[in-house]
Amino acid sequence: MLSYATKRALIAIFTLLVASLVVFTMLEIVPGDPARLMLGMNATEDAVHNLQQQMGLNQPLAIRYFSWLGGLLTGDLGKSYTYSVPVFDLIKERVAVSLPLAAISLALSTLIALPVGIFAASKRGEFSDTLAMGVAQMGVAIPNFWFALLLVYVFAVTLRLVPAGGFPGWSAGFGVSLKSLILPSIALALPQAAILARVTRSALLEVLGEDYIRTARAKGLSRRQVLYRHALRNALIPVLTILGLQFAFLLAGTIIIENVFYLPGLGRLVFQAITQRDLIVVEGVVMLLIATLILVNLLVDLSYAAVDPRLRRRS
Amino acid sequence: MNIGKALANRSFCVGLIVTGMIALVALASFVWTPYPVAALDIASKLKPPSAAHWLGTDHFGRDILSMIMVGSRNSIAVASVSVAIGAGIGVPLGLWGAASGGYIDEVLMRFNDLVFAFPALLSAVMITAVFGPGAINAIIAIGIFNIPVFARVARAAALSLWSREFVIAAGAIGKSPARITRDHILPNLASLLIVQATIQFSLGILAEAGLSYVGLGSQPPMPSWGRMLFEAQTMIGLAPHMALFPGLAIVITVLGLNLLGDGLRDVLDPRFR
Repeated sequence: MLSYATKRALIAIFTLLVASLVVFTMLEIVPGDPARLMLGMNATEDAVHNLQQQMGLNQPLAIRYFSWLGGLLTGDLGKSYTYSVPVFDLIKERVAVSLPLAAISLALSTLIALPVGIFAASKRGEFSDTLAMGVAQMGVAIPNFWFALLLVYVFAVTLRLVPAGGFPGWSAGFGVSLKSLILPSIALALPQAAILARVTRSALLEVLGEDYIRTARAKGLSRRQVLYRHALRNALIPVLTILGLQFAFLLAGTIIIENVFYLPGLGRLVFQAITQRDLIVVEGVVMLLIATLILVNLLVDLSYAAVDPRLRRRS
Repeated sequence: MNIGKALANRSFCVGLIVTGMIALVALASFVWTPYPVAALDIASKLKPPSAAHWLGTDHFGRDILSMIMVGSRNSIAVASVSVAIGAGIGVPLGLWGAASGGYIDEVLMRFNDLVFAFPALLSAVMITAVFGPGAINAIIAIGIFNIPVFARVARAAALSLWSREFVIAAGAIGKSPARITRDHILPNLASLLIVQATIQFSLGILAEAGLSYVGLGSQPPMPSWGRMLFEAQTMIGLAPHMALFPGLAIVITVLGLNLLGDGLRDVLDPRFR
């Protein structure tokens, strides 16, 4: 009998393998020859042939898949067709923008959502609950890139407090770089926070209706104590699930938001690569994002076990 | 469904009215828009809202209200077809998994996990890289993302139904799993699926807007809310109304659908009362 964690990890690895096969096949059926694309229209047949040989393009599909897969594992994602630099280096440079952006937004949305959700649940049915959930209902319906545009209009164009877009690069100074991530992170965080707050509230309310909560109250614990000591911990599982699911939306959101603020992150990279038909870059970025997603969901699954000991014994 | 109970539910009523109005606007756009949607009028470009142009004009002097009206068709079409794809494939898979159990169920769920690893945006990125941009890509990408959502909902609910006495009784009198699924499982899932469809529809509207904003959705000259926002971006200092109204259209539509979904859930599913 495999342990819960091992089983989950094996499933994640399997999913990752199949996903890599899907990504490879998808981008393999694209018409057009990368070697010809790199050399331009006037290349001689010989030159094209040589480059094909060099890039291993004339090898059978299966061999190319396994050498690409082997590359993935060792961090060698191939060379960009247009920039002629390793894809890994391109991605590394861009992750330095996308990752902080995603991390700040995730932290921000959790910091907003949990207190609001807990507050609303503790004031169930009162005016403040209705108000908070009304705002959350609005927040869920607002597309983050539109919210971003409004933020740009108010804080960058009208008030001139922060830059409207662009990124000076971390080498230009931590402060200025962070400043250019403020609006993007808020734009990403608020709609996420709205969803999370709603889930937190309803998860808490469900738990508060359980018998053991009544028992805890009956033995003399205050409402506060019951809320924080008994209810919150048990309400955490659905909240964690949504956090994991939201990560996919966060990644997608990051990619879109980067375009609003002209941030040189993974999103900009992948769109440039599409326009330039630099498929090996698209392949690399998509694989990286999928791998991140699968890893995050694995961590969420494993953290259930940490939060809920009952799951540890079940496999 | 109890009509009286439905009409007493505020979310349901507001949601129904808003959604109905959006649908009417989309239908009306086939026979009437204030101006022809592609009519350029450079002389009156970037005009703020006025009596002549209720929601103002864009950088080509096109009437924004007309573009929003026609754009609603695009949003609705993409969202509804992708819900149909998701439900059409996902629900049977979920029901099949629940009815079969064992390794078939396990394989289907792993397939689900796999599809789940491809958010609509990434699928759209890949599809666009392969086939070039277009509204069809958006439909396929969002539709694919909807499949595991419907499969999970259908499977989870079907599994709990399979242990109910009336289902066990149907099995005892010799009905095949396929017939039990058709006669007893599916009808009892209908309300749950309708609620999920409403939620996915509103997510589809948001996803379509996002995809066409980054150029992966429908292409010009077909107006789309997302691309209108993209075009508004460079004009934000000069003509903020260009960014305001298409965004409001998205928010109102999504809000209406979400309220409708919440209301439907309350009305159709007594467990959530």
